[in-house]
Amino acid sequence: MSAIIKVNHLSKQFKDTKAVDDLSFTVNEGDVYGFLGQNGAGKSTTIRMLLSLITPSEGEIIIFGKKLQTHRSEILTQVGAVIEKPDLYKYLSAYDNLSIFAKMSGSKVSRELLMKQLEMVGLADRAKGKVETFSQGMKQRLGIAVALVHNPALIILDEPTNGLDPQGIADMRNLILRLSREMGKTILISSHLLSEIELIANRMIILHKGKKMVEGKVAELLDPAHSMIQLETTNDAAAKEKLSQSKWADALQQGNSIKLLMNKQTVPQLISDLVGLDVSILSVNSSHSLENYFLSLTTMSGHVEPFAN
Amino acid sequence: MNLLRFGLVLIAMVSIIVVKAQENVNALIQKVNAKIEKVNDYTAEGKMKTKVVFLKVPVSAVKIYFKKPNRLKIKNEKGISFVPKGAVSINISNIVNGEKYTALDAGMDKIGNTAVRVVKLLPTDDNADIVLSTIYIDEANLLIKKAKTTTRENGSYELEMTYGKYSAYGLPDKIIFTFNTKEYKLPKGITFDFDDGESAKSNIPRGLNKNKGQAEIIFDSYIINKGVSDAVF
Amino acid sequence: MWNLLQIELFKISKRPRTYIAFAAIAAIVFIFQFAFKADGQSYMNLMLQSVKDSFEFERTKAINGYFMCYIILNTLLVQLPILVALIAADSISGEANMGTLRLLITKPISRTQLILVKFAAATIFTILLLVWMAIISLFFSLLIFGADDMLIFRSKGDESQILLISQDDVMWRYLAAFAYATVALTVIAALSLFLSIFADNSIGPIIATVCIVLVCTIISNINVPIIDKNVRPFLFTSYLVGWKGFFYIATTEDGVPIKGSVENWAAIRNSLSILLLHIGVLLGASVFIFRKKDILS
Repeated sequence: MSAIIKVNHLSKQFKDTKAVDDLSFTVNEGDVYGFLGQNGAGKSTTIRMLLSLITPSEGEIIIFGKKLQTHRSEILTQVGAVIEKPDLYKYLSAYDNLSIFAKMSGSKVSRELLMKQLEMVGLADRAKGKVETFSQGMKQRLGIAVALVHNPALIILDEPTNGLDPQGIADMRNLILRLSREMGKTILISSHLLSEIELIANRMIILHKGKKMVEGKVAELLDPAHSMIQLETTNDAAAKEKLSQSKWADALQQGNSIKLLMNKQTVPQLISDLVGLDVSILSVNSSHSLENYFLSLTTMSGHVEPFAN
Repeated sequence: MNLLRFGLVLIAMVSIIVVKAQENVNALIQKVNAKIEKVNDYTAEGKMKTKVVFLKVPVSAVKIYFKKPNRLKIKNEKGISFVPKGAVSINISNIVNGEKYTALDAGMDKIGNTAVRVVKLLPTDDNADIVLSTIYIDEANLLIKKAKTTTRENGSYELEMTYGKYSAYGLPDKIIFTFNTKEYKLPKGITFDFDDGESAKSNIPRGLNKNKGQAEIIFDSYIINKGVSDAVF
Repeated sequence: MWNLLQIELFKISKRPRTYIAFAAIAAIVFIFQFAFKADGQSYMNLMLQSVKDSFEFERTKAINGYFMCYIILNTLLVQLPILVALIAADSISGEANMGTLRLLITKPISRTQLILVKFAAATIFTILLLVWMAIISLFFSLLIFGADDMLIFRSKGDESQILLISQDDVMWRYLAAFAYATVALTVIAALSLFLSIFADNSIGPIIATVCIVLVCTIISNINVPIIDKNVRPFLFTSYLVGWKGFFYIATTEDGVPIKGSVENWAAIRNSLSILLLHIGVLLGASVFIFRKKDILS
């Protein structure tokens, strides 16, 4: 299982806000990788950095084993993307839009291929219709067609279900699953809805205020047996240091406070280990599930995201 | 109305006036007149060159038509030409209606190597626009070599004529007409001109200043007394 | 690159606003032609007011196709920058506004390529605009008014002049003038493109371009020595009218125009190189800034 995207210590500083802060993660081949976070969490900024729309302040991005900075064009030939709203040339037809972007991706496109693509997203009968006459759902589907027309290995979808009705959302979900299962594409998908990610992603990351909160397999993260355990000690820094060298290192989450994602049944074990490590515990808190934990983040008042829809 | 007409009218003037001046001057003028009278009409071809400070125009090929007593037309072979009209036209009628002038003998002078008699024509009418005309006559050949006219309103102008093949008819090969002109000014703010960074050098043609213009006609050929249709005027 | 340019031209050709420019030019030119057909004499009288009593000349011949084209160019080249800006200022900002810019940037095209292609497309649009202009203001005028010698009214410093160019010496001057105008308007295109990098909608850069051109033109035309000397040479608008240089025919000492000549080749060459320098600098700056820009639209 090779890494398709590898992000190391990525940061982006805008004038007075740090939109992304020391972010590292890996997307493996065949993953449907969920990018979860509230608005302003840094999802869009990260995705834009992956697509070279924004230059990182620090850190590196490696896609297909090559540095994005130096192999931009080479990498992007293999990437398809829908970023926020799938805005297209309103004054052109669906067919013309598709044709233009296919040519720009450097692929030779036949009329048959383009029509097949339109058929796949259910727009074959509207091929000649101008995009300005399309509904939001139709535009979204055309956007997907544009992202897929050059047969990319990696597909990046930024909030693809925004503005869609329930049927549209279901269609989108089925399409993503098909792309992953039948065509073996690697997909990175962002959303602010856990419920959505839960249904399609196999791995996911939760961002909050530009930082990674948790990353891991969806099945594990959402296992009801797993809880986010928060500790308060007399010396948090020293306690974290000790934990990171113990068998609890994998469960330890980033952040200033001490948080561990783990099976609740093993909490007594943790406490006895801490005592053994000479850590004085002031309190232990447990949230019921990742879902509750995520909800607690999203209900907190966050700052306004620069790319809010 | 134009310089040529002016020239011919001057000549006509000379022929018409029956002056009460010295006998010999009157006789001379009458002789000159008689020579000119032989021409009823002509069509001439020539080249006209206009030398005016503000006017940059090429030498143009022209056709000149004349018919007695004073009808004259200059036509371009092709293209556009500027024909000075000046003060001449105003005075034609005065001159033609004539008999209001006194001819005075002003002695002899020389134009080039030719001895000429200088005759001054003074209008008897105090209100006439022409204040004074001076003509220089080559007595041996009965040709007017030069004429200077001073007007009340339109400054002064000058005609110089050189004769050749057609001197028997009193028709010149070349006329130089010097006249007054106003300075040319474009209305302000109409053109966005390309300023090439050079200040205007005044390349005023020799012998001219800003307020004087010159037109030169060189006649190549005349067709004399073969009739000219009235339609051309 | 050629592929991208084709796409760019295809997009321009599909936009209604492209044709506004062509229609606007046609409308203005036809109004001019109609007005001069109906009452060209008044204009002639105005231009010649101080000397019309001293000379007689064929006015009907003077208002001919060549003369008309000059008058139209003289007036219209002031407005053409707006029409060029209409397309060029939309280059990047229009895509940003529509949201297609981020899609474009995620395509395997370098940003340098994108700017160059946008610039090339804007230049081609400018050329087509001028070809259209030549067709209707020159060839159409020649059809309506006929051909004859051409009169140029010129003020040169404190002097005014009337130049006469014989009709067989005119056409090459127009070809040269239109070529020059293409370069001049390409500066506007480069300026608009540069400004369009900074905006998320095309109105801003269009207005900014027009304002810059307007302000500079006005300053260029303030006839105060201190400005003429110290400011004017540094404004590109001073060189936009350089096409007229091709009609300033050289004369002999006697003031007779010399066929096929131009009075000041050096000034035309100089203006042309200054305009080309502007294009180079603006394009270079556009590429430099755009490469570093974070696309947030």
